[in-house]
Amino acid sequence: MTLEKLIFYVLAAVVLAAAVMVVTRRNPVHSALFLILAFFASSGIWLLAEAEFLAIVLVLVYVGAVMVLFLFVLMMLDIDIAVLRAGFIKLLPLGIVMAIAMAAELILIVGPDNFGLEKYAAPARHAADYSNTEELGSVLYTVYMYPFEIAAVILLVAIIAAIGLTMRRRTDTKFIDPSKQVVIKKGDDRIRMVSMDAEKG
Amino acid sequence: MIALSDYLILGAILFAISVAGIFINRKNVIVLLMCVELMLLAVNINFVAFSHFLQDTAGQVFVFFILTVAAAEAAIGLAILVVLFRSKRSINVEDMDALKG
Repeated sequence: MTLEKLIFYVLAAVVLAAAVMVVTRRNPVHSALFLILAFFASSGIWLLAEAEFLAIVLVLVYVGAVMVLFLFVLMMLDIDIAVLRAGFIKLLPLGIVMAIAMAAELILIVGPDNFGLEKYAAPARHAADYSNTEELGSVLYTVYMYPFEIAAVILLVAIIAAIGLTMRRRTDTKFIDPSKQVVIKKGDDRIRMVSMDAEKG
Repeated sequence: MIALSDYLILGAILFAISVAGIFINRKNVIVLLMCVELMLLAVNINFVAFSHFLQDTAGQVFVFFILTVAAAEAAIGLAILVVLFRSKRSINVEDMDALKG
Protein backbone atom coordinates (compact mmCIF):
# COMPACT_ATOMS: atom_id res chain seq x y z
CA MET A 1 0.00 0.00 0.00
CA THR A 2 1.47 3.31 -1.04
CA LEU A 3 1.55 6.36 1.18
CA GLU A 4 -0.94 8.13 -1.07
CA LYS A 5 -3.46 5.35 -0.68
CA LEU A 6 -2.92 5.23 3.08
CA ILE A 7 -3.61 8.98 3.36
CA PHE A 8 -6.75 8.59 1.24
CA TYR A 9 -8.15 5.79 3.39
CA VAL A 10 -7.38 7.60 6.65
CA LEU A 11 -9.09 10.78 5.38
CA ALA A 12 -12.05 8.78 4.02
CA ALA A 13 -12.45 7.05 7.39
CA VAL A 14 -12.39 10.43 9.14
CA VAL A 15 -15.04 11.80 6.75
CA LEU A 16 -17.35 8.83 7.26
CA ALA A 17 -16.88 8.71 11.04
CA ALA A 18 -17.56 12.46 11.25
CA ALA A 19 -20.67 12.06 9.08
CA VAL A 20 -22.01 9.31 11.37
CA MET A 21 -21.38 11.57 14.38
CA VAL A 22 -23.19 14.48 12.65
CA VAL A 23 -26.39 12.46 12.28
CA THR A 24 -26.31 10.72 15.67
CA ARG A 25 -25.13 13.35 18.17
CA ARG A 26 -27.70 14.55 20.69
CA ASN A 27 -26.44 18.12 20.80
CA PRO A 28 -26.72 20.03 17.47
CA VAL A 29 -23.59 22.05 18.36
CA HIS A 30 -21.57 18.82 18.41
CA SER A 31 -23.14 17.89 15.05
CA ALA A 32 -21.99 21.20 13.57
CA LEU A 33 -18.45 20.71 14.91
CA PHE A 34 -18.26 17.19 13.46
CA LEU A 35 -19.52 18.58 10.15
CA ILE A 36 -16.56 20.98 10.21
CA LEU A 37 -14.26 17.96 10.73
CA ALA A 38 -15.88 16.24 7.75
CA PHE A 39 -15.27 19.31 5.60
CA PHE A 40 -11.61 19.51 6.64
CA ALA A 41 -11.00 15.83 5.87
CA SER A 42 -12.72 16.00 2.48
CA SER A 43 -10.69 19.08 1.63
CA GLY A 44 -7.66 16.81 2.12
CA ILE A 45 -9.20 14.25 -0.22
CA TRP A 46 -9.73 16.98 -2.84
CA LEU A 47 -6.06 17.90 -2.49
CA LEU A 48 -5.19 14.28 -3.34
CA ALA A 49 -7.39 14.61 -6.45
CA GLU A 50 -5.39 17.71 -7.48
CA ALA A 51 -8.26 20.15 -6.94
CA GLU A 52 -6.18 22.50 -4.81
CA PHE A 53 -8.24 25.64 -5.37
CA LEU A 54 -11.52 23.96 -4.44
CA ALA A 55 -9.91 22.36 -1.37
CA ILE A 56 -8.98 25.81 -0.08
CA VAL A 57 -12.38 27.23 -1.05
CA LEU A 58 -14.08 24.43 0.86
CA VAL A 59 -12.20 25.36 4.03
CA LEU A 60 -12.57 29.12 3.56
CA VAL A 61 -16.19 29.26 2.41
CA TYR A 62 -17.69 26.27 4.19
CA VAL A 63 -15.80 26.17 7.46
CA GLY A 64 -15.14 29.88 7.53
CA ALA A 65 -18.56 31.19 6.55
CA VAL A 66 -21.35 28.62 6.28
CA MET A 67 -20.50 26.57 9.38
CA VAL A 68 -19.85 29.69 11.44
CA LEU A 69 -23.31 30.86 10.38
CA PHE A 70 -24.74 27.48 11.45
CA LEU A 71 -23.05 27.70 14.86
CA PHE A 72 -24.15 31.32 15.22
CA VAL A 73 -27.81 30.40 14.62
CA LEU A 74 -27.54 27.34 16.88
CA MET A 75 -26.22 29.42 19.75
CA MET A 76 -28.86 32.10 19.18
CA LEU A 77 -31.84 29.74 19.31
CA ASP A 78 -32.96 28.26 22.60
CA ILE A 79 -33.71 24.71 21.47
CA ASP A 80 -35.37 22.04 23.57
CA ILE A 81 -33.38 18.99 22.47
CA ALA A 82 -35.47 16.43 24.36
CA VAL A 83 -38.59 17.12 22.27
CA LEU A 84 -36.60 17.03 19.06
CA ARG A 85 -35.00 13.71 19.98
CA ALA A 86 -38.29 11.92 20.58
CA GLY A 87 -38.69 9.07 18.08
CA PHE A 88 -34.95 8.90 17.41
CA ILE A 89 -34.57 5.33 18.71
CA LYS A 90 -37.74 4.24 16.95
CA LEU A 91 -36.54 5.54 13.59
CA LEU A 92 -32.91 4.41 13.99
CA PRO A 93 -33.38 0.84 12.61
CA LEU A 94 -35.29 2.17 9.62
CA GLY A 95 -32.57 4.72 8.96
CA ILE A 96 -29.79 2.13 9.21
CA VAL A 97 -31.62 -0.30 6.89
CA MET A 98 -32.25 2.51 4.40
CA ALA A 99 -28.62 3.64 4.50
CA ILE A 100 -27.25 0.12 4.03
CA ALA A 101 -29.65 -0.65 1.18
CA MET A 102 -28.89 2.62 -0.56
CA ALA A 103 -25.12 2.36 -0.10
CA ALA A 104 -25.17 -1.27 -1.34
CA GLU A 105 -27.11 -0.34 -4.47
CA LEU A 106 -24.86 2.61 -5.24
CA ILE A 107 -21.67 0.60 -4.61
CA LEU A 108 -22.91 -2.13 -6.96
CA ILE A 109 -22.99 0.48 -9.70
CA VAL A 110 -19.93 2.59 -8.92
CA GLY A 111 -17.79 -0.26 -7.57
CA PRO A 112 -14.44 -1.46 -8.98
CA ASP A 113 -16.15 -3.51 -11.72
CA ASN A 114 -17.33 -0.41 -13.55
CA PHE A 115 -14.99 2.34 -12.36
CA GLY A 116 -11.85 0.44 -11.32
CA LEU A 117 -8.30 1.26 -12.38
CA GLU A 118 -8.65 -1.04 -15.41
CA LYS A 119 -11.54 1.02 -16.77
CA TYR A 120 -10.26 4.44 -15.73
CA ALA A 121 -6.48 4.53 -15.44
CA ALA A 122 -5.12 6.99 -12.91
CA PRO A 123 -3.97 10.12 -14.78
CA ALA A 124 -0.36 11.23 -14.67
CA ARG A 125 0.49 13.76 -11.97
CA HIS A 126 0.92 17.35 -13.06
CA ALA A 127 4.33 19.00 -12.96
CA ALA A 128 5.35 20.96 -9.86
CA ASP A 129 4.79 24.32 -11.58
CA TYR A 130 1.21 23.46 -12.59
CA SER A 131 -1.35 25.87 -11.16
CA ASN A 132 -4.85 24.53 -10.60
CA THR A 133 -6.13 28.03 -9.79
CA GLU A 134 -4.81 29.40 -13.10
CA GLU A 135 -6.37 26.51 -15.01
CA LEU A 136 -9.73 27.03 -13.33
CA GLY A 137 -9.62 30.81 -13.70
CA SER A 138 -8.81 30.63 -17.41
CA VAL A 139 -12.07 28.76 -18.12
CA LEU A 140 -14.18 30.42 -15.40
CA TYR A 141 -13.76 33.92 -16.84
CA THR A 142 -14.12 32.89 -20.49
CA VAL A 143 -16.23 29.79 -21.17
CA TYR A 144 -18.27 30.03 -17.97
CA MET A 145 -18.61 33.82 -17.88
CA TYR A 146 -22.42 33.93 -17.81
CA PRO A 147 -22.85 31.17 -15.20
CA PHE A 148 -20.24 33.01 -13.11
CA GLU A 149 -22.25 36.24 -13.29
CA ILE A 150 -25.46 34.38 -12.46
CA ALA A 151 -23.71 32.89 -9.42
CA ALA A 152 -22.79 36.41 -8.32
CA VAL A 153 -26.43 37.52 -8.68
CA ILE A 154 -27.59 34.47 -6.70
CA LEU A 155 -25.26 35.44 -3.85
CA LEU A 156 -26.57 39.03 -3.96
CA VAL A 157 -30.16 37.77 -3.83
CA ALA A 158 -29.24 35.52 -0.90
CA ILE A 159 -27.74 38.47 1.00
CA ILE A 160 -30.81 40.64 0.41
CA ALA A 161 -33.21 37.80 1.24
CA ALA A 162 -31.41 36.90 4.46
CA ILE A 163 -31.36 40.53 5.63
CA GLY A 164 -34.96 41.13 4.54
CA LEU A 165 -36.21 38.04 6.34
CA THR A 166 -34.48 38.59 9.65
CA MET A 167 -34.68 42.38 10.02
CA ARG A 168 -37.42 43.64 12.30
CA ARG A 169 -38.44 46.92 13.89
CA ARG A 170 -38.54 46.46 17.62
CA THR A 171 -41.07 48.55 19.47
CA ASP A 172 -40.20 47.41 22.98
CA THR A 173 -36.81 49.08 23.22
CA LYS A 174 -36.14 52.65 24.34
CA PHE A 175 -34.48 53.56 21.07
CA ILE A 176 -33.88 57.23 20.21
CA ASP A 177 -33.49 58.22 16.57
CA PRO A 178 -30.08 59.95 16.29
CA SER A 179 -31.14 62.05 13.30
CA LYS A 180 -33.93 63.59 15.36
CA GLN A 181 -31.48 64.32 18.16
CA VAL A 182 -29.11 66.08 15.78
CA VAL A 183 -31.67 68.39 14.13
CA ILE A 184 -32.84 69.86 17.46
CA LYS A 185 -32.43 73.63 17.50
CA LYS A 186 -31.53 75.87 20.39
CA GLY A 187 -34.59 77.41 21.94
CA ASP A 188 -38.07 76.04 21.56
CA ASP A 189 -37.07 72.46 20.76
CA ARG A 190 -35.03 72.08 23.93
CA ILE A 191 -37.03 73.72 26.67
CA ARG A 192 -40.70 74.29 27.10
CA MET A 193 -41.97 77.07 29.35
CA VAL A 194 -44.89 75.97 31.44
CA SER A 195 -46.95 78.54 33.29
CA MET A 196 -48.53 77.13 36.39
CA ASP A 197 -50.12 78.51 39.49
CA ALA A 198 -47.94 79.14 42.50
CA GLU A 199 -48.28 76.70 45.31
CA LYS A 200 -50.49 77.95 48.06
CA GLY A 201 -48.88 77.82 51.46
CA MET B 1 -2.85 4.31 -6.98
CA ILE B 2 -6.28 5.46 -5.84
CA ALA B 3 -8.97 4.21 -8.21
CA LEU B 4 -11.93 6.27 -9.36
CA SER B 5 -14.21 3.73 -7.70
CA ASP B 6 -12.67 4.54 -4.29
CA TYR B 7 -13.80 8.16 -4.56
CA LEU B 8 -17.23 7.13 -5.85
CA ILE B 9 -17.76 4.58 -3.06
CA LEU B 10 -16.80 7.22 -0.50
CA GLY B 11 -19.35 9.57 -2.04
CA ALA B 12 -22.02 6.86 -2.11
CA ILE B 13 -21.54 5.91 1.57
CA LEU B 14 -21.49 9.59 2.61
CA PHE B 15 -24.73 10.18 0.70
CA ALA B 16 -26.36 7.12 2.31
CA ILE B 17 -25.34 8.30 5.80
CA SER B 18 -26.87 11.71 5.19
CA VAL B 19 -30.11 10.16 3.88
CA ALA B 20 -30.25 8.07 7.07
CA GLY B 21 -29.62 11.28 9.02
CA ILE B 22 -32.66 12.90 7.42
CA PHE B 23 -34.70 9.84 8.41
CA ILE B 24 -33.70 9.72 12.07
CA ASN B 25 -33.50 13.48 12.72
CA ARG B 26 -36.72 14.38 10.97
CA LYS B 27 -37.90 16.72 13.74
CA ASN B 28 -34.87 18.95 14.01
CA VAL B 29 -34.72 21.39 11.10
CA ILE B 30 -31.17 22.51 11.77
CA VAL B 31 -29.79 18.94 11.65
CA LEU B 32 -31.79 18.40 8.46
CA LEU B 33 -29.98 21.38 6.93
CA MET B 34 -26.65 19.89 8.01
CA CYS B 35 -27.58 16.57 6.37
CA VAL B 36 -28.30 18.44 3.13
CA GLU B 37 -24.83 20.00 3.37
CA LEU B 38 -23.37 16.50 3.79
CA MET B 39 -25.25 15.32 0.68
CA LEU B 40 -23.86 18.21 -1.33
CA LEU B 41 -20.39 17.31 -0.08
CA ALA B 42 -20.87 13.72 -1.29
CA VAL B 43 -21.91 14.95 -4.72
CA ASN B 44 -18.98 17.36 -4.84
CA ILE B 45 -16.53 14.54 -4.07
CA ASN B 46 -17.89 12.68 -7.12
CA PHE B 47 -17.50 15.77 -9.30
CA VAL B 48 -13.92 16.36 -8.19
CA ALA B 49 -13.02 12.68 -8.71
CA PHE B 50 -14.45 12.59 -12.23
CA SER B 51 -12.77 15.90 -13.04
CA HIS B 52 -9.44 14.40 -11.95
CA PHE B 53 -9.79 11.11 -13.79
CA LEU B 54 -11.21 12.53 -17.04
CA GLN B 55 -8.73 15.46 -17.02
CA ASP B 56 -11.56 17.94 -17.52
CA THR B 57 -11.87 21.16 -15.51
CA ALA B 58 -15.62 21.38 -16.15
CA GLY B 59 -16.24 19.17 -13.10
CA GLN B 60 -14.33 21.54 -10.85
CA VAL B 61 -16.15 24.57 -12.26
CA PHE B 62 -19.40 22.79 -11.45
CA VAL B 63 -18.27 22.19 -7.86
CA PHE B 64 -17.51 25.91 -7.66
CA PHE B 65 -21.10 26.74 -8.63
CA ILE B 66 -22.53 24.10 -6.29
CA LEU B 67 -20.56 25.68 -3.43
CA THR B 68 -22.00 29.09 -4.36
CA VAL B 69 -25.57 27.86 -4.46
CA ALA B 70 -25.09 25.83 -1.26
CA ALA B 71 -23.83 28.92 0.56
CA ALA B 72 -26.87 30.89 -0.62
CA GLU B 73 -29.16 28.02 0.39
CA ALA B 74 -27.65 27.81 3.88
CA ALA B 75 -27.92 31.57 4.39
CA ILE B 76 -31.58 31.77 3.33
CA GLY B 77 -32.48 28.50 5.09
CA LEU B 78 -31.03 29.71 8.38
CA ALA B 79 -32.74 33.09 7.99
CA ILE B 80 -36.09 31.33 7.52
CA LEU B 81 -35.27 29.18 10.56
CA VAL B 82 -34.61 32.27 12.70
CA VAL B 83 -37.90 33.88 11.61
CA LEU B 84 -39.72 30.60 12.29
CA PHE B 85 -38.22 30.33 15.75
CA ARG B 86 -39.26 33.91 16.55
CA SER B 87 -42.90 33.22 15.75
CA LYS B 88 -43.26 29.62 16.98
CA ARG B 89 -40.56 29.41 19.70
CA SER B 90 -39.63 25.98 18.31
CA ILE B 91 -37.83 24.41 15.36
CA ASN B 92 -39.75 21.14 15.51
CA VAL B 93 -41.03 20.15 12.07
CA GLU B 94 -44.27 18.90 13.63
CA ASP B 95 -45.11 22.38 14.93
CA MET B 96 -45.22 23.72 11.38
CA ASP B 97 -48.81 22.76 10.73
CA ALA B 98 -50.37 26.19 10.18
CA LEU B 99 -51.24 25.36 6.58
CA LYS B 100 -53.18 22.17 7.29
CA GLY B 101 -56.70 22.20 5.91
